[in-house]
Amino acid sequence: MSLTNKPYLGWNRNEMAGRAALDIPDGSYVNLGIGIPEMVARYVPEGREVIYHTENGLLGMGPAPAVGEVDPELINAGKKAVTVIPGASFFHHADSFAMIRGQHIDICVLGAMQVSEQGDLANWSTDEPDAIPAVGGAMDLVAGVKIIYVITQHCTKTGEPKLLKSCSYPLTGKAVVNRIYTDLAVIEVTPDGFEVVDLAPGVSFNYVQERTGSKLQLGLQLTDVKNRHIRL
Amino acid sequence: MIDKRIDSLSAAVADIFDGATVMIGGFGEAGSPIELIHALIDQGATNLTVVNNNTGSGHVGLSALIENGQVSKMICSYPRTVGSKVFPKLYRSGQIELELVPQGTLAERIRAGGAGIPAFYTATSVNTPLAVGKEQRNFAGRDHVMEYGLKADFALIKCKCADRYGNLTYNKTARNFAPIMAMAASTTVVQTSTLVDVGAIDPEVVITPGIFIDRIITIPEPAQESMLVAAGRSYPCR
Repeated sequence: MSLTNKPYLGWNRNEMAGRAALDIPDGSYVNLGIGIPEMVARYVPEGREVIYHTENGLLGMGPAPAVGEVDPELINAGKKAVTVIPGASFFHHADSFAMIRGQHIDICVLGAMQVSEQGDLANWSTDEPDAIPAVGGAMDLVAGVKIIYVITQHCTKTGEPKLLKSCSYPLTGKAVVNRIYTDLAVIEVTPDGFEVVDLAPGVSFNYVQERTGSKLQLGLQLTDVKNRHIRL
Repeated sequence: MIDKRIDSLSAAVADIFDGATVMIGGFGEAGSPIELIHALIDQGATNLTVVNNNTGSGHVGLSALIENGQVSKMICSYPRTVGSKVFPKLYRSGQIELELVPQGTLAERIRAGGAGIPAFYTATSVNTPLAVGKEQRNFAGRDHVMEYGLKADFALIKCKCADRYGNLTYNKTARNFAPIMAMAASTTVVQTSTLVDVGAIDPEVVITPGIFIDRIITIPEPAQESMLVAAGRSYPCR
């Protein structure tokens, strides 16, 4: 039986963010990248206190402001308007990246173009001749933050796998990714390569394997059926 | 008597020379000293190397300085911001040079430059194209690349409050690169929204001590780049 004609198989963007949020412990200092990663903040489970860092100089970033309360001098790394929570602090760029490079930030959640089975990340350049190269803080984050989570669609828009034996695009960092949250599965990067530790509802291990450019291991956690799926 | 106040924008930037390296504060529009940049456009210095995280947006501020043909090289981390049209066009036609630096390395190079540290090692960019050609050294089992401290002839920055000594406080995330650029430049010019008497800023809350500041110009209601862009404005006005 083929499942490929089902249009909504797997987690949607909100559910991907929600699944990653489950793995952010109480008390964490977290940096969220642009796109699906920034949605993670909406889904941190009740009762957990998490402090968000944005590398342009704010610890204690809150949600987007109400319409009419936008301050163009209070923005996040994606240059979108944000707010501050009580207990927030501002600092200059060298201090901000000291928090990153000095391994004071616990978790960073980033997007990806490609991830290799060794945890290499490519997310800044496709190396096309007329592209304008732009790196921002991605290389600093993967070099300095203790735990790196990636949130990404499992495949490209044209159906090519993004999880590979090795990256063809220029690297952001080598052996830096700990865990990958895709629309199909949660995948841990281990010394033995990719290990599937959770599957989206209705998605089989083989379905994920067929869409992955590297051999997958089946994680032991998947035997615990009761706690497998989240609902949002 | 120490009084760093300057009466006019033109006097504040008058001695910026052709070929100078100019650090310009701001992360996107937050902290961009737009009136000082426009004064530099009026002043006309060319062949500038500009250090900024981005390359501006629309046809005002930093983007207008580039569009006016005054910048031969950008040192930045992210020249591809939404609304950035001018830089990509010049870059693709080979009319402007780009030195791409990871954002944290850029910040630390500026800090080091201002702190008298000629070079340092960082693990950022190891095993990437941005490490190619750089000296590498292993510390505690981990590879690092050597990066040079970065200095400038001038820094143009924006703050919220200043006294005539040049003690400064900033506004929210508009602080970003300004305090370290103030340290790294031979001559630092600040535009402030408010000027207060010496002693009015609590020493406990001074962010940039006055020793790093050379010239102060008061611009009570600075323009915001996004509002100028939304209004379709360009500089010089056409």
